[in-house]
Amino acid sequence: MATSEAECLCLCLQLTGTVCNLLSLIFQGCFVFKPSAKKKKKTLSLGEITFVLQDELNRKILDSLLDFTRKCSSTRQHSDWASQMRASEIPTAALVLGVNVPDHDMTFQSLSELLQQSVTPHVASVQAKECGGEGLLALVLERLMDTVVTVDDEEEEETEQTSTQLHKSVHCSLSTLCDWYNAKTMKSKTGTPGKKRSSPVRDDPQQPPVVIIFKDLEAFNPKVLQDFILICSRYVERLPLMFIFGIATSPSTIQHMLPHSVSSLLCIELFQSLSCTQHLATVIDKLILTPQFPFKLNGKVMQVLMSIFLYHDFSVRNFIKGVQLALLEHFHSQPLSVLCCKKKEALLNVMQLSHHDLESIRHLLSFRRYVEKQEPQEQLNLFRDDTHLKEVCQKLIKDLRKYHKNYYPVLRCLHTLTSSLPRYPLGKQVRELHLICLEKNVWENEDYQTAMKLLKMLAKDELIASLQRCVEILQPVKSKKMKKALVELEELLAKFKQLDSKFLLCRLTWGLSLFSNNSYCWWNREWKSTTLLEMNESRRAKKLSPFEVLRNEALEFIDGLVKSHLSPPESQTLNEVCYYSSSATVRRHLNATPRTSIQAALSSPYYYLQNESLKTEDGTVSNAAPDICIAYKLHLECGRLINLYDWLEAYATVVSAAEGNNPDSDNVRKVEEVKHARFIQAVSELEFLGFIKSTKQKTDHVARLTWGGC
Amino acid sequence: MAALLQHAGYEEERLLRVAQQMPCREVQAGMLLSLMGQPQQYSYPSIFIYGHRASGKSHVMHVLLKELELPHATVSCVECVSVALLFEQVLLSFFGCDAASLLPRSPSLSDFVRIYRQQCSQSPAKQTRYIVMEKAELLRDTDANLLPALLRLQELVEDNVTIILLSEIVWDKFRPNTGCFEPLLLHFPDYSKGELQQILSQDRHPSYTAEFYSSYINILLGVFYSVCRDLRELRHLAALNFSKFCEPLAEGKVKETDTHKLWRNIEPHLKKAMQTVYLREVSSLQWEQMQQMEEKESGALRGLSAHTHVELPYYSKFLLIAAYLASYNPARTDKRFFLKVDRFNFTPKNLLNHLLGPKPFPLDRLLAIFYSVVDNRVAPTASIFSQISSLVTLQLLTQVSHDDQLDAPKYKCAVSMDFICAISRTVNFDIVKYLYDFL
Repeated sequence: MATSEAECLCLCLQLTGTVCNLLSLIFQGCFVFKPSAKKKKKTLSLGEITFVLQDELNRKILDSLLDFTRKCSSTRQHSDWASQMRASEIPTAALVLGVNVPDHDMTFQSLSELLQQSVTPHVASVQAKECGGEGLLALVLERLMDTVVTVDDEEEEETEQTSTQLHKSVHCSLSTLCDWYNAKTMKSKTGTPGKKRSSPVRDDPQQPPVVIIFKDLEAFNPKVLQDFILICSRYVERLPLMFIFGIATSPSTIQHMLPHSVSSLLCIELFQSLSCTQHLATVIDKLILTPQFPFKLNGKVMQVLMSIFLYHDFSVRNFIKGVQLALLEHFHSQPLSVLCCKKKEALLNVMQLSHHDLESIRHLLSFRRYVEKQEPQEQLNLFRDDTHLKEVCQKLIKDLRKYHKNYYPVLRCLHTLTSSLPRYPLGKQVRELHLICLEKNVWENEDYQTAMKLLKMLAKDELIASLQRCVEILQPVKSKKMKKALVELEELLAKFKQLDSKFLLCRLTWGLSLFSNNSYCWWNREWKSTTLLEMNESRRAKKLSPFEVLRNEALEFIDGLVKSHLSPPESQTLNEVCYYSSSATVRRHLNATPRTSIQAALSSPYYYLQNESLKTEDGTVSNAAPDICIAYKLHLECGRLINLYDWLEAYATVVSAAEGNNPDSDNVRKVEEVKHARFIQAVSELEFLGFIKSTKQKTDHVARLTWGGC
Repeated sequence: MAALLQHAGYEEERLLRVAQQMPCREVQAGMLLSLMGQPQQYSYPSIFIYGHRASGKSHVMHVLLKELELPHATVSCVECVSVALLFEQVLLSFFGCDAASLLPRSPSLSDFVRIYRQQCSQSPAKQTRYIVMEKAELLRDTDANLLPALLRLQELVEDNVTIILLSEIVWDKFRPNTGCFEPLLLHFPDYSKGELQQILSQDRHPSYTAEFYSSYINILLGVFYSVCRDLRELRHLAALNFSKFCEPLAEGKVKETDTHKLWRNIEPHLKKAMQTVYLREVSSLQWEQMQQMEEKESGALRGLSAHTHVELPYYSKFLLIAAYLASYNPARTDKRFFLKVDRFNFTPKNLLNHLLGPKPFPLDRLLAIFYSVVDNRVAPTASIFSQISSLVTLQLLTQVSHDDQLDAPKYKCAVSMDFICAISRTVNFDIVKYLYDFL
């Protein structure tokens, strides 16, 4: 699969003729599982990033699983009372991974790798579709023995012998595995010291557990699984077995699948992985909401990818695949994508642009908008002088980079402020806010106004806390504007804190003065009411406390930041260089509609065949079209049951008209046989495609399976 | 007690050791021994032993044959997916691997008998040979001739061999239509409370006295005996709760003899464990963690059944809802729910469809309902269809028709009412309004 992607990429390279660093980066991304020399580059590629990310996300759960296996294998050897009582139970880890099944492969792969590295060389993972019926045991044995072959080269001969024995004997049973395991562990006990040095990580070389991973528990045949566990439990005293169940739905499936007599043989422990939405949030955070990668997706493409994720599959891997596809398409279809790379290279590439490329820049929508704002003289220059245009382009590219550098920090700041508001006017997740910002000016959005109103009612602690978080976000950013904003924000925060102390002081002095003034009887009721009145009046007069003033100031500052940095990318000049915008292509590739394409092909064959003679107006089919199209068109005019003879008549009329014959003439009869055959073929093709089926309701009729028509 | 086991032909010491290893099963063991006779004597061709799970069938056989050093082969029928495995294991344990390798690739019963006789003539039996078959009920599913042949194997191979079948099912359920040699039947009754007490007290904790452990078992049985008599489960529970029981001792609050205080301490925990008897919701390890956690915070760790929430993609949820509706509503009522035009008045029978369980429905009905319940227009994309098949692999739907049938596959919805209600709540869909039973 990876190679085909790579080939495809090579093709693209040749086609577009662009030599771009980024392409080579995704190129690496395809080979992410194979370590290559190129990987040592300082910059991380898309694929690598995702791989690293996935590793990090799974780290916690994988670590706890590893601990579990270690603990289990160590308790087996202790002979304390509790573990003796539990000796007949097989330790089992139930790993709940969520319904995004395509993503699980990666987790299991890294899990088995980690297990092999640090706990035991005996790991076998099985999938339900690999072992229908009774193949499970054989498969497990094969995997276990095979893994050993790859781990230790020296013993290859030995294991080959055992495996040939395995094949020679009619069956395979767990007792074979027991013998093999005993031989194996005995050998490692008496093994040469050199061998031991090669695997120093293994903490327990004497009795490493035998781990069997069931990747998709739900898909297994319950009967097979029950029998397998029953068999295994007979050998658990001789063989330190361990199971890992990969569960997609909920842990209660174990109870649904295994009766008590079987589940009582297991000692199940539950592990819950991160939910896929959290997973996606991290991926988006690291992959999309960062100025690190020059390639960007526009709002609609993001929308398509997000809706595929949320509505259809929940698969992070497919999301990344989608991003990769967009990347590929972008470099394939947009000649100006040569400029979509690192800053230095982009500036260099600008200088090497041909006249043709410059012309296409002049045709860009965003560039034309830019030109319109310039002086007439400048406009002329831009259109005539190539070198001048190149200089301007360099400047524009730099501007675009600056825009990105400021956009993401401000986006995050706004998100931290609004994400805690009641009813989430600007979305719970930062990606939702990002989508809003991509679409149009966020400050014109109604939700933004309500969010701002709500922010104006925020209590002091919350406001200070979220402003503090904003400061943390802005701190690592290197752009000038952000540094300036950071300083201002810190000043604001300092004021808030000052306010705190000042307010206390004020209150104290005020209280003291009151006390001294009315010291005669401050508990007097009369006094109380008057002071309360006074206080009320003063509040009305002032209207705004110093805190409120400061709060408004802070929010105006944030508003200013938003207005200056969160304008949608479409407003930026030369955004076409970085932004991929063809959402229809992405949708067509990732969310295929086979039925619609078949119907399109049948009703307008020109769309696929590109033959001029087939070109017709809407809703009609040329009589030169393929037979099946004509038959299809005619069948649309019928009701639920179609009379075959009428259909044939109509078909013959259309076809003979195409041949230029007068339908009334005599020689129509003669060619009937050929036409008849063609008609029968067309009808059976339609039946094959599922549009009609034979019916017994009425003789010489077929039933339509689709509804609607002309 | 040991007197029951006095039997000629066996060493007394060994019989004594046997008697120690199987408390409360002396009667049955004595019976067996008298059936088996002296080692060199011919024994009855086949014996059928039945009794509930964990009533000591395998254990008694195992101990007897092992301690008395009789030639035997123990075979679990679960493991023998093919008869070849069974034959091979028997030959292997009687005559060594040379004999086992003589078996052809897919051996028939006559191959087995031939090789057995051949080997037997080379090394004739000095003592009775025993073949023990555990979970013998599975033999009924194999070839029809296997069970009758095994029952009179002694005649077939002309050797001093006895087949012992162990099963949880009575012999009446085994008898083939064609009739067969009747084995001797031997029933292992369930253990009584006193017997359970005696057996469970045997695996005492090494660092505590036997009396202490036995008093613990007494308390445990007092709580659980009414709901659970399975020795295995009780042993699991005993192991699970013992550390809790010992806690006050370790803290030095109570003496070992102060049963009443210990009882006070353990009772609430046993009551809690009572709720999850047989469920094995959490592992023994996790249970202990839970017990420790309880003091700090409750409910941090929950059992397996507490995690029933399943996160699904948006359209999968609607597909599941549509499947549920298709399974539990009669097809003729679809018009009423999904066509807004004509509304018939039905007189629904109470909960009838829900009592009958889900019914199969064809794919196009599922899609028709799906398109009418989902609120926005959905293109019939490939991923919609693939979601249906992934729901099948997740076992939320089951495919009723055969896998190979591509044309109009039929499905059933396999989720519960509670589950679907929870799902539809997340998408703001009032499913009860659309269910025929709840009108």
